[in-house]
Amino acid sequence: MIKGRVWKYGDHINTDLIISGRYLDEYDMKSLSAHIFEDLDPIFAIGVKPGDIIVAGRNFGCGSSREQAPAVLKEKRIGAIIAASFARIFFRNAINIGLPVIVCPDAFCLLEKGNIITLDIRGGFILRESDGLRIGFNPLPEFLIDILERGGLVPYMKAKLGRCDA
Amino acid sequence: MTFAQKILSRACGRPVDPGDIVNARVNLAMSHENTALVIKAFREMGAAKVWDPEKIVILFDHRVPANTLKTAESHKIVREFVRKEGIRHFYDVKEGICHQVLPEKGHVLPGMLIVGTDSHTTTYGAFGAFATGIGATEMAAVWATGELWFRVPETLRIRITGQMPDRVSAKDVILNIIGTLGAEGANYMAVEFVGDCVDRMSIASRMVLSNMSMEMGAKIGVVFPDKNTEEWLIGRSHQSFEIVRSDDSADVQAEEFDVSDLPPQIAKPHSVDNVVPVEEIAGTPIDQALLGSCTNGRLEDLIAAAKILNGRKVSESVRFIVVPASREVYLSAVKKGVLTSLVESGAIVLNPGCGPCLGAHQGVLAAGERCISTTNRNFRGRMGSPDAEIYLASPETVAASALKGEITDPRTV
Ligand code: SF4
Repeated sequence: MIKGRVWKYGDHINTDLIISGRYLDEYDMKSLSAHIFEDLDPIFAIGVKPGDIIVAGRNFGCGSSREQAPAVLKEKRIGAIIAASFARIFFRNAINIGLPVIVCPDAFCLLEKGNIITLDIRGGFILRESDGLRIGFNPLPEFLIDILERGGLVPYMKAKLGRCDA
Repeated sequence: MTFAQKILSRACGRPVDPGDIVNARVNLAMSHENTALVIKAFREMGAAKVWDPEKIVILFDHRVPANTLKTAESHKIVREFVRKEGIRHFYDVKEGICHQVLPEKGHVLPGMLIVGTDSHTTTYGAFGAFATGIGATEMAAVWATGELWFRVPETLRIRITGQMPDRVSAKDVILNIIGTLGAEGANYMAVEFVGDCVDRMSIASRMVLSNMSMEMGAKIGVVFPDKNTEEWLIGRSHQSFEIVRSDDSADVQAEEFDVSDLPPQIAKPHSVDNVVPVEEIAGTPIDQALLGSCTNGRLEDLIAAAKILNGRKVSESVRFIVVPASREVYLSAVKKGVLTSLVESGAIVLNPGCGPCLGAHQGVLAAGERCISTTNRNFRGRMGSPDAEIYLASPETVAASALKGEITDPRTV
């Protein structure tokens, strides 16, 4: 279960908006994450708290394959991203670094900035704390939940490669 | 079966259907500057060695030669890794953009399953390969095992018919398609470009379609190989290959575009699907004109621009930047006198690479400035200031606009 405050954004939030290409020679995630959403919502980098959840419209994360985009969000300890739809590489990258991504168009219509929500990834539902509204979604395939629960592809592979060596 | 089904069935060893998630063996793995991130994840996974050094290609193109101390240091880490792992297919700062260099050096062949840590890896679809972009962490898993999970995509078959009018080129065609279908019009899908117009296109023009299919969310953008493709490949690779194509009876969604009367197209800020005919916004002043990138930095693009300029000087108010996509392109353009002609017209020629396309260095835009560019993305802040504007167009339109100092329909010069 993930519980947090909602930050809400629109459609087509691209990877340059999440983290601009001009900063990508910086490999330290902490320094890099200071520039998160800089051209979109400069308040976010200062105001975001661990566990907060991003709710967005269609095609979240479109644009480049830069893994720094989900990585800076993870660095800020975002609990999950819930969007009406995701661009495919962003979706893969997020799962691979252990950042939950949930496809749920209804959430975009029903949730507002500042709502406190609880997210059950396995159960496939979101609960709005203020009035108990329950929003359902199709859970991720088991295989992807497995990667997420292990904390991403690195620990997942580590376990797998370890097994091969044994 | 579709092309995507056939390739992924072969790569995972069983027949697959759209929607299936499969573990597939890849034939080629490409990464550029972000190899530094791949190495980090690879080490964290505890992998001993790469699965097959012959199937890995690494090169530098985004920040070349190194633009900052940080880049220089990460280049150095990668050079050391490449030496240690015995990765022979490594191209240092001088060769050019990955999506141009890999085909030129014979790494890309029809029927291959290729992954690259760059979203425009779809470009290799122009050679009939299943090629798609992935992230750095999953590339580390590919290096370790040679395998990766894929969701078998549905297919969108785009038929392009008719003869492109004079001064209209592949970029106008694909901008029109993206403008019509939208920035997520093909999200997660395998796009197939077919039709008599595609059949007549050069390989360079087909690469424009495959490259930009990514901007409508496509997982791959494929053109089935023909005699042109085979001729282009002669002398580049000694490896045998197998041409794979969709069955005519395969289950696909279909779209059709007739380009016989298509006017030159332009994507306005700040999204690639914000497309209108150039004539609609003609007269908008510009500060910079950029000819280059993995979309339109090839010889035919430089020639098209030089033809429009025809020895005339570009406007004093415009910085006209030209970046050949690769050394091979650069050299041929030098030998053919195309670069001489462009420089005489006032062009600033940069070394092959991504250059200003991603705003990392070279040709960065200040607040309030406007650039017309042959690149593939016009997102806010992409080339520098978030308050700059980027317009995407064909080489012909970019050259005509550089000439006039304002957005200009190439048919009017
Ligand atoms: S030229 Fe631009 S779009 Fe192409 S690979 Fe380089 S940065 Fe990416």
